[in-house]
Amino acid sequence: MLYNEPSPLEVKVLSKRFGLQNSASLDTYLATDGYKAFLKAREMTPEDIINEVKKSGLRGRGGAGFPTGMKWSFVPRNTGKPVYIVVNADESEPGTCKDRLLMEYDPHQLIEGVMIAALAVGAKAGYIYTRGEFRYVIEILEKAVAEAYDKGWLGKNIQGTGFDFDVYLHTGAGAYECGEESALLESLEGKRGIPRIRPPFPAVAGAWQSPTVLNNVETFCAIPPIIRDGGDAFAALGTPKNGGTRMFCISGHVNKPGVYELPMGFNMLRMINEVGGGVWKGKKLKAVIPGGSSCPILKADECDLPMDFDSLAKAKSMLGSGGLVVMDEDTDMVKAALRIMKFYAHESCGWCIPCREGTSWLKQMLQRFMDGRGQSTDINLIGELAKNMLGRTFCPLGDAAALPTISIVEKFRDEFEAKLHVAAGSYEDANRFVQIV
Amino acid sequence: MTFSPELESRIEKMLTSYPPGRTRSAVIPMLLYAQDEIGAITQELIEEVARRCGVLPLQVEEVIGYYSMLHKKPAGKYHVQVCTNISCLLVGGEELYHHASEKLGIGHKETAADGLFSLEEVECMGACSWAPAVQINYDFHHKVTPEQLDALLDGIRQAQRVQ
Repeated sequence: MLYNEPSPLEVKVLSKRFGLQNSASLDTYLATDGYKAFLKAREMTPEDIINEVKKSGLRGRGGAGFPTGMKWSFVPRNTGKPVYIVVNADESEPGTCKDRLLMEYDPHQLIEGVMIAALAVGAKAGYIYTRGEFRYVIEILEKAVAEAYDKGWLGKNIQGTGFDFDVYLHTGAGAYECGEESALLESLEGKRGIPRIRPPFPAVAGAWQSPTVLNNVETFCAIPPIIRDGGDAFAALGTPKNGGTRMFCISGHVNKPGVYELPMGFNMLRMINEVGGGVWKGKKLKAVIPGGSSCPILKADECDLPMDFDSLAKAKSMLGSGGLVVMDEDTDMVKAALRIMKFYAHESCGWCIPCREGTSWLKQMLQRFMDGRGQSTDINLIGELAKNMLGRTFCPLGDAAALPTISIVEKFRDEFEAKLHVAAGSYEDANRFVQIV
Repeated sequence: MTFSPELESRIEKMLTSYPPGRTRSAVIPMLLYAQDEIGAITQELIEEVARRCGVLPLQVEEVIGYYSMLHKKPAGKYHVQVCTNISCLLVGGEELYHHASEKLGIGHKETAADGLFSLEEVECMGACSWAPAVQINYDFHHKVTPEQLDALLDGIRQAQRVQ
């Protein structure tokens, strides 16, 4: 059963098996082009595989949008150390719920993507790091991995090709921070998920200090179609430098929230109105968080743009993880800012002081507005405090907390002003009185 | 300490899943699966996990405080987790959490006197497009209304009485 009705506007490449009977089984996978890309890649040189991925224009689907082929090319060869593949399945960016579906409906596509990455960089083992809350997903993956071993698609001498590869499953236990690649690696090593200082990057010193390819679930899932049908075909689906399709997660105030696979560069307003069924209850659009709660918010009049990494960057926001959070005209933006900040304050690992202190102070200041005790000087102070966090932390969590806050204060200042504390006989009180009169 | 045969075989597999000498990697999954079986992380479990993974009890202890799913206090038999993060908030997640709190008579991270239910206001669980979302133990429930939540909780309570 699917969680939401598909849209006729979808272009199903990664999600083409969603809705098929027993879509997670090896039989269904093999009957629908499964593992063909692996066999093709086995005949290619590692350089050719990486070039094909580069040609596809695939950029990291976790949120950063780094070109995948280039990331793979950074893995050094012949260091004498083993090379690892690590899958980031710690999906926890608010607004994002796509990796769950990719693993639930088509786990073999992920396994095949991991295997092809292994061929490209010479790895013999891969780890899938799944967030602990996704227990049923882990069970589906366990079944798929067992089936693949059973039928000779994993393990020694896979399908007689002479290639050996193992896949292991690993689970987190509740920590947003572990979705950040270096914190994830710490967690994989059995430690608190605290970011590492980079360089060195994981490509050089990742899991257990060995060279590591670390990508998001969706990124790996795009690899089999790219190798099977060619990088050019995948690239042609999207816009220049933003190849392929993307799993967009539409949530919030729309009539048809859901996860939809659409070409990169799909217009955001069309996405909300035609795919997501428009703003609910006949209301007007107020704002959109375009790619998960870490992204600067866009006002309704800023949303007529193509959904790709470069267009969103130009609009001073981010495509992020593809989680589109839609807000109607009645949304209390101060409340939204506070809820987002509560999340980051809860999830800050505490390692870097600007993030640890910044998130908790911002939370308190935003709470003060919600309690009707906001001071006029607080409005600028919130923005300044948040700006002081930018670029001053080891991982992007500090920025992730600051960016949406800065944008909400700048774009919806009037809502903060409406929540100012009005003391009897104060200037604000008098001013407000005059305005009312 | 011995666990159920299923958990013993899972642990055995965990300990061979990582490169040689890297059994510390098994600490977090081992704690989580053992906690599911025992109900909470006890001092005895900490020492057992440390022994099996070849690390100091302190190294086990230090991750418990970090990961939100690991807990030393026993939760209810049914741990009700209501998400109030942004996507859920927009479509009634906060009201749903308060409704659950009133119905169960307990607050955030509290356990009912009979030990059947515990409640937690949780962060994003990855169900944003089907919000508001609730997880009871590991089971996801999507687009949950207060009435549906009542039915779910009443159903659990009734099934318990029959047992």
